[in-house]
Amino acid sequence: MPDVLVLVDHDGERVHKSTYELLTVARRLGDPAAVVVGTPGTAARLREPLARHGATTVHAAESTEADEFLATPAVEALELAVREVSPAAVLVSATTDGNEVAGRLAARLDGGLLTDAVDVDSSGVATQVVFGGSYTVRAQVTHGLPVIALRPGSCEPEERPVEAGERELALPPVDRAASARITARRAALAGDRPELTEATVVVSGGRGVAGADGFKVVEQLADALGGAVGASRAAVDAGYYPHQYQVGQTGKSVSPQLYIALGISGAIQHLAGMQTSKTIVAVNKDPEAPILDVADYAVVGDLFAVAPRLIQEVAVRREAG
Amino acid sequence: MHIVVLVKQVPDTAAERTLSEADHTLDRETADLVLDEINERATEEALTLKEAVGAEVTVVSMGPGTAIDAIRKVLAMGADRGLHICDDRLHGADAVTTAKTLAAAVRRLEDVDLVLAGNTTTDGQAGAVPAMVADLLGLPQLTHARELTVDAGRVRAERETENGEATLDAPLPALVSVTEKINEPRYPSFKGIMAAKKKPVETVDLDDLFPGVDDTGFLATRTHVVDAVPRPARAAGIRITDDGSAGRQLVGYLIAQKLV
Ligand SMILES: Cc1cc2nc3c(=O)[nH]c(=O)nc-3n(C[C@H](O)[C@H](O)[C@H](O)COP(=O)(O)OP(=O)(O)OC[C@H]3O[C@@H](n4cnc5c(N)ncnc54)[C@H](O)[C@@H]3O)c2cc1C
Ligand SMILES: Nc1ncnc2c1ncn2[C@@H]1O[C@H](COP(=O)(O)O)[C@@H](O)[C@H]1O
Repeated sequence: MPDVLVLVDHDGERVHKSTYELLTVARRLGDPAAVVVGTPGTAARLREPLARHGATTVHAAESTEADEFLATPAVEALELAVREVSPAAVLVSATTDGNEVAGRLAARLDGGLLTDAVDVDSSGVATQVVFGGSYTVRAQVTHGLPVIALRPGSCEPEERPVEAGERELALPPVDRAASARITARRAALAGDRPELTEATVVVSGGRGVAGADGFKVVEQLADALGGAVGASRAAVDAGYYPHQYQVGQTGKSVSPQLYIALGISGAIQHLAGMQTSKTIVAVNKDPEAPILDVADYAVVGDLFAVAPRLIQEVAVRREAG
Repeated sequence: MHIVVLVKQVPDTAAERTLSEADHTLDRETADLVLDEINERATEEALTLKEAVGAEVTVVSMGPGTAIDAIRKVLAMGADRGLHICDDRLHGADAVTTAKTLAAAVRRLEDVDLVLAGNTTTDGQAGAVPAMVADLLGLPQLTHARELTVDAGRVRAERETENGEATLDAPLPALVSVTEKINEPRYPSFKGIMAAKKKPVETVDLDDLFPGVDDTGFLATRTHVVDAVPRPARAAGIRITDDGSAGRQLVGYLIAQKLV
């Protein structure tokens, strides 16, 4: 079977769950081979969990400057790996960084790029949801190497322990005239909450939350359900919640098992980022709010009355077992 | 300084967007086309720099005949000249072809110091095109910038994504894509609109950009849409009005759905 390259998403210590999803999908197309880009020693730390999830090879692309430059080291590493193993496809997570790396790789190799896939079958046909969830498109690469960016949360990762061989990829020194250096980083403020695009539950607040203080109730409900917090653009614009949590056409696309919208009207640009969620619950005091029409469970009411009760009830049920 | 702004005309998201039955590309006949909002912000950033340090601003758009309207709008805002890439062979172009074509167009312009783009279009190529153009031109990518400073031959940007924030630094020439946080775009003035009519716009096709390209061999897309199905509208579900018991009823529903 041909190799299928998977770009590993990690923070230096831990592999992100989306990578296990990629390995799971990669198995349908060939032998999953993980590509780790990082500072020296990273691949050795990540090898065991990668092998447990089916990576037959771990390619280590390590250098001291690998995490100092935006995207370029990952693109170089994948290009080297492609030249070495001639894979059937390259899979990356459809995050902001992943999409850019995938695009640059495809541009360099004249490959076929499929972004924002939610599924890939064994013949390489990818399912994509376009125009904010109004169409399901199935597409495949007809020319060149398939480079596919898969949305985090698209499949249930499976363990498939194997012996992983290790290979080194010699990263060339970064060309400073062609790469942006990262001089400072501030991590997202998610704390212990799951990443927005990876969470199985997302609780979002809108303008109806009426202030940064009001978002406490959104956060408490998210924490009660083990979910991530999202926000509408109106809430972000008003400064209630940071920009990186915006859900919608110009924010993140999410498709969790459960999406709870609190005080969000349901503008088409907001729906674009969440209407593929499995189950949608909405609380809005305006019975005419469009979000109520797409909700599986719609509550006409005040979020400041409903959400605290819901938090209480969840706690009671949890205790009851 | 010479600044190039890449702009795209997109269907108005407030209106319904459909895919054509024939080839699954965007049905432009039925769509209301507008200059993508994010590109107004990229333009604003170019014009702010022009006012601060002096610059020539060229707007580049690849698209069918109607894209001239998007170019004119940017000229009305204050850009100096336009380049319109228009060729029927680009119908249905994928991101790779789009990036290659835009890169070829930028290469054709002289002494470009800065390329500005929107971070993602509203009609969905997932925000990869600016990074791809940067790669093809051998420029550093400073993408998803919510703040930008150009000074002494270097460019610095605050990048903001779901992974948090990062400060980026690179020498010019460079490519920057902006997020909607970066500024509030100006409106074209009446004077600007009148002046735009007289500003030069060059129209080029593939033969100009890729001498020797032949009609039959040109690869507009490396992907093929097997099928495209409109997703059924979500059926309305259960609806209750809170009488104090909504929290309890809701938790019952979530338990029944195995969501709690
Ligand atoms: C090009 C473009 C891109 C955009 N991208 C996005 C995007 O990515 N994401 C996004 O979200 N929007 C986006 N928008 C904006 C979008 O059009 C809406 O303006 C926005 O989604 C509205 O946010 P909202 O629902 O929080 O606010 P509103 O529309 O003001 O709705 C607030 C709702 O809260 C309800 N409410 C108030 N108080 C309470 C209470 N105590 N209890 C219960 N309910 C209450 C009200 O009844 C109302 O329905 C975009 C717009 C454009 C033009
Ligand atoms: N056809 C095009 N013509 C000019 N610029 C484009 C075109 N397509 C994409 N771009 C630029 O790339 C940005 C992001 O596009 P995308 O990667 O398609 O989401 C846009 O905001 C534009 O600045």
